[in-house]
Amino acid sequence: MSCEPWQCAEIAATKKANPIQKPEIAVAMIKRAVRPILVVGSNATARFMEGKPLIDFLIDFANASKVPVVATAHMVSEFLKRGYTPAGYMSAMDIGNRLVDPTWQGLDGKGHPDLAIFVGLPYYMESLILSGLKHFAPDLKTMTIDNLYHAHASWSYPNSTLEAWAENLKVMTLKFKEGGN
Amino acid sequence: MTTKNVRVKIDELKTNLGLIKNLDLSVGKIVDDSWTEPMGPTPMPGLTTLRDWDMTLLNKYKPFYMPDCDLCCLCTYGKCDLTAGKRGACGLNIADQSSRIVLIACCIGAATHNGHARHVVDHLIEKYGRRYPLDIGGLNVKVEAPVTRLVTGVRPQTLGDLDEVLTYCESQITHLLSVAHTGQESSNLDFESKALHAGRIDQVGMEVADIAQVSVFDFPKADPEAPLIKMGIGTVDQSKPVIMCIGHNVVPSVGIIDYMKEQKLDDKMEVVGLCCTAIDNTRYFDRAKIVGPISWELRFIRGGFADVVVLDEQCVRTDASLEAERVKAPVIAASEKNCIGYKNRTNDPADQIVEDLVSGKVPGVLILDPEKVGEVAVKVANRVAPIRKKMKSLPEIEEIKELAKKCRNCNMCQRSCPQDLSIPKAIKAAAEGNYAPLADLYEECIGCGRCEEACPVKLEIHSFILKIGEKNMLEETNYCRSGRGAIQDVEIRSVGGPIVLGEIPGIVALVGCANYPHGGKDVYDICREFALRRFIVVTSGCSAMSAGSYRNEEGKTLYEEFPGGFEAGGVLNVGSCVSNPHIAGAAIKVANIFAKRNLRGNYEEIADYIHNRVGAVGLAWGAYSQKAASIASGFWSLGVPVLVGPHGSKYRRMLLGREDKPDNWEVYDARTGDKVNVGPAPEHLFQTVETPQEAMVTIAKLCIRPNDTWKGRSIKLSHYIDLHKRHYGLMPPDIDRFIRTPADIPMTMKDEITALLKAKGWKESIIPDPTLLPRMIRKTKE
Ligand code: SF4
Ligand code: SF4
Ligand code: SF4
Repeated sequence: MSCEPWQCAEIAATKKANPIQKPEIAVAMIKRAVRPILVVGSNATARFMEGKPLIDFLIDFANASKVPVVATAHMVSEFLKRGYTPAGYMSAMDIGNRLVDPTWQGLDGKGHPDLAIFVGLPYYMESLILSGLKHFAPDLKTMTIDNLYHAHASWSYPNSTLEAWAENLKVMTLKFKEGGN
Repeated sequence: MTTKNVRVKIDELKTNLGLIKNLDLSVGKIVDDSWTEPMGPTPMPGLTTLRDWDMTLLNKYKPFYMPDCDLCCLCTYGKCDLTAGKRGACGLNIADQSSRIVLIACCIGAATHNGHARHVVDHLIEKYGRRYPLDIGGLNVKVEAPVTRLVTGVRPQTLGDLDEVLTYCESQITHLLSVAHTGQESSNLDFESKALHAGRIDQVGMEVADIAQVSVFDFPKADPEAPLIKMGIGTVDQSKPVIMCIGHNVVPSVGIIDYMKEQKLDDKMEVVGLCCTAIDNTRYFDRAKIVGPISWELRFIRGGFADVVVLDEQCVRTDASLEAERVKAPVIAASEKNCIGYKNRTNDPADQIVEDLVSGKVPGVLILDPEKVGEVAVKVANRVAPIRKKMKSLPEIEEIKELAKKCRNCNMCQRSCPQDLSIPKAIKAAAEGNYAPLADLYEECIGCGRCEEACPVKLEIHSFILKIGEKNMLEETNYCRSGRGAIQDVEIRSVGGPIVLGEIPGIVALVGCANYPHGGKDVYDICREFALRRFIVVTSGCSAMSAGSYRNEEGKTLYEEFPGGFEAGGVLNVGSCVSNPHIAGAAIKVANIFAKRNLRGNYEEIADYIHNRVGAVGLAWGAYSQKAASIASGFWSLGVPVLVGPHGSKYRRMLLGREDKPDNWEVYDARTGDKVNVGPAPEHLFQTVETPQEAMVTIAKLCIRPNDTWKGRSIKLSHYIDLHKRHYGLMPPDIDRFIRTPADIPMTMKDEITALLKAKGWKESIIPDPTLLPRMIRKTKE
């Protein structure tokens, strides 16, 4: 499993993400966060594992972890169709722009998120937003739970196969189910 | 306009000093004593003249930076690591650096269009003289150059006037670029203001280029019925010699078409084009053909269709010449901006150049005389065609199977592919004789060739995709409407009211390049959606081609299905990249012709008018270039929101409003001076949208303007709500922000919305006479 950015030319990062070697580590980080959010992009319905779209794995994960979901693009309708109501939805640029504003009080108005987890945006867009957050939201931790390494995040899984990704997502969900949240 | 100048033109004069040839002297400045419109406050603005306006916009739409790189490497102090607030050796931080990159991109774009304009104008002046009159649309277009009038205060009437306008633009671009030097500007917002200025200058340069070529080459003049042009590789008669022109500058193509006509060969040969040259060729000669957008260069050359490749300027693949060599198609470089390392043969006899190209003695030549380009291209194509026999550089299907077996499954192709296409899977399937996965890549592949560069076993992956997609490629036969040029004054008169009142729900301009995330069909779908909703849909450049590349259930392309007028439900192609100012110009003319605001050197007032009243939105779904950056900047500066597709996030800076911050949305009511909260209308000035569904919802929302009448607002809201429900699956949660009075509520949704307003504690507000400019307030409060 490699910790090179998935897209070959995306190498210009002096401060690189710590690799998440095991899903348990990601779970521990998320549990440690007080106000995490999960930003879900349009690949949620374009990536398939074990015959299911990514979004199905993410709904299970969100239900188990209780991490509030922000759907980008038109993904809100895909969540609603599946009986899950995200905490919010807005364009990927809007959520990035709110996260760099330290005065933003989060989706519920109760405080700024301290961990932003990203998954399923087009790789280059996610990379750019994570870069924006790295530079302009120094107090925010970021994580991606994609199967592609994102150098600009605080934590990222290394590049891995779809099979390993499905496994990681399932383990994370299970750990939350087992251990409460 | 009269030009109070002295002009001396001497073709040949023998004097004691020797022989003087082609002397052309002009002394004096333009003095326009016939234009009675009073000069506004900001003619020929300098770098800071419109800074207050820029800051007003930048305060409302603050930059959100997404640096593409943590480093700056622009001087030898560097590289400097600017991560998370660190400053470089010169003191710059990452926000400054990001905005500096935006400025540099906009300067490159503006310089490119102005350089293009300069070439066209100088060439035409040399040929036809400075006094050659401009004619954009006869009596139908009295406001012939709205952007130029607005920015410079000049009303150009002759080619010579355009020369003067360009001189101003060139000085501004020089100043603007100098700002990017190390140790100049030190505030990101000032860099941004200058990027907006570069956008203004860009718009002027483009307008100059287009009105010069429309006037002299007799392109369609503001013609809603500009001819339908055959488009697609399938429309090219391969039994004929084919000349292929790539780029943006039509001048060499005019040389080719003129020579073909002179020799009566115009029905015995094919002149086809890619990118904007293609569109402009068809404006000159309606039997020229468009084969596709910029991303199809490799498709067409490797497919072997071209017998001669003529390269002019901008967005030309820099390896096009090498690709042409592989299929033994001679190349003519026809622009001083793109010499390709070829020997300059401009002064050699045409027949000698022809011999050298036909015999293969040289693969290509540089010819900077457009007429000679014409003669050489036509002669070479006719002689080379029977020898080449449309030689391709595509493998046979059986070869693909064998070659694919060499794949190491290393994933480097996919990791290099901007579209992240599942190439390794497709190659593996091909090795087993299943070509369907490769065929699936055809529509989404943008033809960049990066996969091939990355492949350690040198598989020609793009060629595989093309070969498998060849059947589709040969069946591509569609229609694009030739670029019509400007919008007529009379069209503005009839739609100005409905636009400003909001009864025509918006003007949507799909412009720019073809770096699409999933093929061109999205452009077609978006155009059709809004045309059916009776928005005015405007296209240009590669987007205009993509819009025409698909058909409805009845087999009609968009341009056959919808009228070409600037009217509700019209789909009009204004032309090439340099025609984009006709779109800005239409908005400016609404302010001028419909609302009777003076536009001469009156930038701020007109931009404020457009921003608050004209529901126009640009979508550059596949924007990729620096020119696209400067074009967008010209629209931002006028207060017109621009959306880009996902790849556009790589412009690294958005200009975003904050819907959740009420103070963001206050305007002055010009009648009273009161501040009125008008809601997020429009919410953003520059935003990336991720999917076509998101684009459609966002476009409908961004057409909302503070000035909408209740009737207009309810029409706009019904489109926004309908698209939001369809694509997002629910009622927009921010609907209360856009309803000022109960009359704004769309009738058919009255009960649902009334309940929602009640739940939100909504209060009625007024419809102001909106402005962001304190000086526009007519009566200040005691
Ligand atoms: S321009 Fe400034 S930040 Fe960039 S390399 Fe030079 S010193 Fe460093
Ligand atoms: S040529 Fe097509 S498949 Fe290859 S990298 Fe470019 S977009 Fe991807
Ligand atoms: S880069 Fe070449 S060898 Fe590697 S997976 Fe792609 S096609 Fe196969």
